[in-house]
Amino acid sequence: MYKNLRWKLLTVVSVFVILFTPGIYPLLAQKYHLPIPGWLAAKQLKLGLDLKGGVHLVLRVQTDDALRIHTTTTSEQLREALKTAGINVSSVKVDPSAPTRFRIEGVPADRDAEFRRLTDDQTATEYDRNAGAGGSYDFTMKPNIANNMADQAVTQALQTIDRRVNELGVAEPNISRYGQSNDEILVQLPGISDVARAKEIISNTAILELKIVEAGSAATQEALLQNYGGKVPDDMEVVQGSAAAGEGGFYLVRKVAAVTGQDLRNAKPTIDENNQPAVAFSLTNDGSRKFGKVTGENVGRLLAIILDHRVISAPRIEQKITTDGRIHGSFTTEQVNDLSLVLKTGALPAGLTYLEERVIGPTLGQDSIRSGVLASVIGLVTIMVFLLVYYKLAGVNAVFALICNLVILIGLMAYFGATMTLPGIAGFVLTMGMGVDSNVLIFERIKEELAAQRGVRAAVNAGFGRVFWTLLDTHVASLISAAFLFQFGTGPIRGFAMTLTLGLLANLFTSIFVSKTLFEFELSRRTAATTLSI
Amino acid sequence: MQIFHNPNYDFVRWRYHALVLSWIVILAGLVTIWQRGIPKGVEFSGGSIVIVKFNQEPPDSQRIRAALDAAMPGSGQNSIINTYGDANLHQVMIRVPIVGEESGTNLSKTADAVVVALNKSGLGPIEEACKPGMAASCVAGREIVGPIVGKQLTRQGTLATVLALAGILLYVAFRFQWSFAVGAVVATVHDLLVTFAFLAFFRYDLSLNVIAALLTITGYSVNDTIVIFDRVRENLRGMRRDNIDHVVNVAVNQTLGRTVLTAGTTLISVLALFFFGGEVLHGFAFTMLVGVIVGTYSSVFIAAAIVIIWQGFVKRPGRLATTPAPGPTPAKARRPARRRAS
Repeated sequence: MYKNLRWKLLTVVSVFVILFTPGIYPLLAQKYHLPIPGWLAAKQLKLGLDLKGGVHLVLRVQTDDALRIHTTTTSEQLREALKTAGINVSSVKVDPSAPTRFRIEGVPADRDAEFRRLTDDQTATEYDRNAGAGGSYDFTMKPNIANNMADQAVTQALQTIDRRVNELGVAEPNISRYGQSNDEILVQLPGISDVARAKEIISNTAILELKIVEAGSAATQEALLQNYGGKVPDDMEVVQGSAAAGEGGFYLVRKVAAVTGQDLRNAKPTIDENNQPAVAFSLTNDGSRKFGKVTGENVGRLLAIILDHRVISAPRIEQKITTDGRIHGSFTTEQVNDLSLVLKTGALPAGLTYLEERVIGPTLGQDSIRSGVLASVIGLVTIMVFLLVYYKLAGVNAVFALICNLVILIGLMAYFGATMTLPGIAGFVLTMGMGVDSNVLIFERIKEELAAQRGVRAAVNAGFGRVFWTLLDTHVASLISAAFLFQFGTGPIRGFAMTLTLGLLANLFTSIFVSKTLFEFELSRRTAATTLSI
Repeated sequence: MQIFHNPNYDFVRWRYHALVLSWIVILAGLVTIWQRGIPKGVEFSGGSIVIVKFNQEPPDSQRIRAALDAAMPGSGQNSIINTYGDANLHQVMIRVPIVGEESGTNLSKTADAVVVALNKSGLGPIEEACKPGMAASCVAGREIVGPIVGKQLTRQGTLATVLALAGILLYVAFRFQWSFAVGAVVATVHDLLVTFAFLAFFRYDLSLNVIAALLTITGYSVNDTIVIFDRVRENLRGMRRDNIDHVVNVAVNQTLGRTVLTAGTTLISVLALFFFGGEVLHGFAFTMLVGVIVGTYSSVFIAAAIVIIWQGFVKRPGRLATTPAPGPTPAKARRPARRRAS
């Protein structure tokens, strides 16, 4: 009388087996030293920092870099302003030993008052000015400004690292400020396999600049500057080619960049017309406007793509380019993947150095994990015993549905590469709770129907039919909230949402499909079903 | 077996008492939070890291937590304790929250306090600082550490939660009616506030685990409320002439067995976590414990009460019956509802 019962049973069994393989089997294999194929071992459930430990890295942010960049920019702006005002000075230089100081020499005595007024306007809020002998002036960044700026650089580096680690797909890292000197960052990553790559990606400064080439490339700097009387013009600079990217020699480029990494909207790996890996990028609205203007005015000239102050390639501008572009170079696929990742997540404001690297144990402590697992097992077993006592034979259905739920959930988590953490287990508890709830709802309803003197088969059908809508509403509402938590939350909240979503799906399947199939199987073996053990 | 045989308790009668009781608890909680603040765990507030090198196999993390608790109450469960470096170095990293400014003197104070606490409970003797070739246990390093969960993360988490609640509001409004949606969301917010109040009363620190528990409670509370609402919706089709108080009360009674069973089984697993889960899970289990009880209470007394009160204001009985909610066919729905209502 039950159609397709065989197929339903087959579905239940195959889902169970398929998800048992990535979810539970690797755990058993580890415990009892069973053979396990490599692809399966790679797929198994990952454990987070709190459950398994990982790597502990301490980085120092070279805040001097950020200060030097700012001082250089300020001094260059001042140079421009002086030029516009017609005040000819002999030199403007950033102090090589102090990133917060620059010196202007040879201010003509008759223009001194004007010079002071101009520098007051431009720099007084950030720099202190000290007059030296013979028309020279020292500008030193105010200590509180320097401190703020260094602090900002560390905060920015922290956020960039956070984005990069997240993009790497490392679930729930710990990233925080560290130490008393205020320029260190602590990064704890859960047991990831490729620490070297993670380190490289984290510390890749990824400063991207696209600049118009004025001359080059030339093998030596002298050859490059031949037409300029051996001197670099004020508004240009010399940039070396990146040997790693197959670009030797020197380029003379404009100092002002057409666009920089900050104008990028997105970057992703692609393949160029020669089937070589390349990075495709798209620009923000503002960036597109700037880029369109510069490329439109310079059709036929070369555009240098400069990454971390090295020219990666210098393609010819064929036509006006606005929103999209591509970065070529002799890249491997992995380099392209990593480059798009760091470009997408933004440049670091300053260089990073690694101070410390250690392996750390689980942050919950081995014994805490043991008691946590023990407690969960005690809870689960008690619930199962209760279900068996309270619902008798039907309880067996519920217990099986619960076990099936657990297997499906762990299997799905392993399959989707989710990371198991304690907050994740919290999502687990809720799922198990809802799993029991679904069964209780159905069984209570069947009892009601039986009490209303329906036949056993009709009662079971009606029970499942009615409760289906209740389950749908509760699960969809939870799925909606999980979707929001996943979309807008970060770190542990995302982990929670992921577990919850997979759990809800597993639960819908087990309570509506598995449990019902078991009832049907049970009833199909009896010719006249008049009683139900529930 | 059956817990209740045709229960017919008058739950809705107590709705105003319940509202008053909830307000008292929430206000008391807010006052407590306002006066003492929510103590924040090391993940939110930052603190100090102390690295202790033991001269033998390091003690279990739970013994270290117990030692910290004995000297500085509450610091045990909020510390993060893990092995540091190669296992045969016997090094343990202890991350403890500090109260007040993170400054040099406070750092050494906290670090000293950790060492004193460990020595006092017989896990020492531990020397103040490691020197080359030292055979005794010693402090290998101490450092200040910032919060793991920064302001941005907190803001994003809060935003995500608010949007999730808004999503639930819209879904319930779509599937049921506005009054139900408001009831469900108010009940959920109520559960969060009451749980916060209890966290404040019992001085549990806000840690990531507690946040996870709070999110779990949100899910539990919505689930519980929707189950009862679903029954109300079903009954509304068969009981058009009854007033809303009665319809809701019948639904609560019909689902009473399920409510008690579900809350009961969930409580079993939470209690297991509370008693056997070790100290780290205490905050988590406590939050869940309060949340499950409050979530069950609020479905009956807050969510349902708000639906009744709202409908009382609207007073348009014709609207109730014509709600176009998909569900079981009305013909089937009518029968059990009537039987039980008698």
